[in-house]
Amino acid sequence: MGKTLLQKVWDLHTVRTLPTGQTQLFVGLHLIHEVTTPQAFDALRARGWKVARPDRTFATVDHIVPTRERTRPFLDVLAEDMIAALERNTRDFGIRLAGLNDDRQGIVHVIGPELGLTQPGMTIACGDSHTSTHGAFGAVAFGIGTSQVRDVLASQCLAMEPLKVRRIRVEGALPAGVYAKDVVLTIIQRLGVSGGVGYAYEYAGDAIERMTMDERMTICNMSIEGGARVGYVNPDQTTFEFLEGRPFAPPGEAFERAKAWWSSIASDRDARYDDDIVIRGRELTPVVTWGVNPGQSVAVTGRIPSPRDSAEAQAVTDALDYMGLEGGQPIAGMRVDVAFIGSCTNSRLSDLREAARIVRGRHVAPHVKALVVPGSASVKRAAESEGLDEIFREAGFEWRGAGCSMCLGMNPDKLEGNQVCASSSNRNFKGRQGSPTGRTLLMSPAMVAAAAVAGEVTDVRELVN
Amino acid sequence: MGTQKVTRVEGTALPMRGDDIDTDRIMPARFLRAVTFEGLEQHLFEDERAGSAAGRRAGSQHPFDDARYRGASILLVNRNFGCGSSREHAPQGLNRLGIRAVVGESFSEIFFGNALIIGMPCVTASPNDVRQLMDRVEKQPDAVLRVDLQAGTCEVEGFRCAVSMPAHARDALVTGAWDTTGMLLDRYGEVDAVAAKLPYISGF
Repeated sequence: MGKTLLQKVWDLHTVRTLPTGQTQLFVGLHLIHEVTTPQAFDALRARGWKVARPDRTFATVDHIVPTRERTRPFLDVLAEDMIAALERNTRDFGIRLAGLNDDRQGIVHVIGPELGLTQPGMTIACGDSHTSTHGAFGAVAFGIGTSQVRDVLASQCLAMEPLKVRRIRVEGALPAGVYAKDVVLTIIQRLGVSGGVGYAYEYAGDAIERMTMDERMTICNMSIEGGARVGYVNPDQTTFEFLEGRPFAPPGEAFERAKAWWSSIASDRDARYDDDIVIRGRELTPVVTWGVNPGQSVAVTGRIPSPRDSAEAQAVTDALDYMGLEGGQPIAGMRVDVAFIGSCTNSRLSDLREAARIVRGRHVAPHVKALVVPGSASVKRAAESEGLDEIFREAGFEWRGAGCSMCLGMNPDKLEGNQVCASSSNRNFKGRQGSPTGRTLLMSPAMVAAAAVAGEVTDVRELVN
Repeated sequence: MGTQKVTRVEGTALPMRGDDIDTDRIMPARFLRAVTFEGLEQHLFEDERAGSAAGRRAGSQHPFDDARYRGASILLVNRNFGCGSSREHAPQGLNRLGIRAVVGESFSEIFFGNALIIGMPCVTASPNDVRQLMDRVEKQPDAVLRVDLQAGTCEVEGFRCAVSMPAHARDALVTGAWDTTGMLLDRYGEVDAVAAKLPYISGF
């Protein structure tokens, strides 16, 4: 009987079984940022502990970073305190920091892969639920809370419960205008927002195999929205080509040896899965969320469900009420006030290229505020070198600096009142984008671009054909 | 570290109905702009409570504003509680309010782990039993609940149901080994040995 990647990586990183029965798991890479670490460093100081492996720890700033005016000290004194704390903590404990003005700064889940820190076969932890993103490389990567950040800093280990593995095979070609975002939103819609609890999701099938690393990252990123703390894709030639030559990737001949090891940790052909499901790529369409969790979505050509047609009538009623929608109305044509292209889900160069392709020669609707927030300083530079910033600016978008921005509204980029935002981010929770009554419609970056120019939810396929 | 054993939690309860209550609702992101967890209990569910736009619109009082539930030490919830963001600020806020255990149909894994590591058990009960508990507490808010981790039960006057949690988590709580750092540092030599065998650490 073969093993899955999850089992192999788990076994390789198991230190011992703890007296409680949990597994003590070694963490190969610990990524940290300003929001979920200050209390962890304080706990270390209080107990007189050191950081066990500063060489396996890497820091950046992303959540609270202003994307327009980045002069220090920040106008927001609370944000200034947090960034200053991270600077002090990384200096005191000898941890590398891609700080505010570092040309490597960016969203932690964008820069890890970009720098080649993220590699197949690693265990990766970060105090952020979207750490599942790194699974795109065949790493076992998961989000943790601040007390667990303290554990990893102090011991480079975590006390963990084992996970089951559900394979999700996406088979068949995706129609034009259907993106990785639509695939993952469909998976969450079908399996539910808690369907993945207790599981790692292994994404497989020929549609996943054909995907670029950017697309695989979009899929793995939103595993957590389906309840799965871990999502991964087996490493292959696409993975290796992405990593070759990256600053922290093994150089020269070592890279060839690394490839052999990376290949060996992929799931065996005869691996046993706890569950196995198939998604037909050909049937997929562009998808938009209409509600207040990422499972509440519908095809852009579809209608919003009515409470009477749903097994979860109360949840549907509550969501419709918050969103100001009527059951049974089409989602297309819903007016949007804000268009946001960014976040760890969809802020990479290929996302910006697809969006730019839609907006080129068009203009943002007069009533829409539109912004593009590249995922990293490096994505920003690359986009500018091919003129994407000009395309966006000419179309009426604001072109910003790198950070998490309006995905969660911890910096000055927030919705106001009950604005409706077409967003390439990952969560449409109540109040998520910084206004307690703000409304979020999740969709692919190309669909956000289409909504921005039309001023309402629009099928992007009508703009490309 | 973590020498305090958590075997039983007793006290009044606070019912918070609804599936898929995410941590952005429990603790809105703007309150994460702080370098400590102090005072977080003041901001629980802030965007839907009295004084907020949603609170004004709602026809009923928010359970966290309801004086009858003040001082509760057990939170009653439905399915997939604590989903979304990994922010420990959510369980920290609840714990600082005085919540010592959460009884629900199911929990997000990250929330469960964040609660465990601060010694706050999240136990599951069947949907029907959770409904019974909530109904009883809403009728009689001063009723005292008893959650017994070892016996795997939750009792309130005239009603008793089974509650469970993964054996490892339960053992960690009842033996007082829920604050894990010390345990993880205990045999650090073994950690180095595992790391040395990984080619990405030792060099390809």
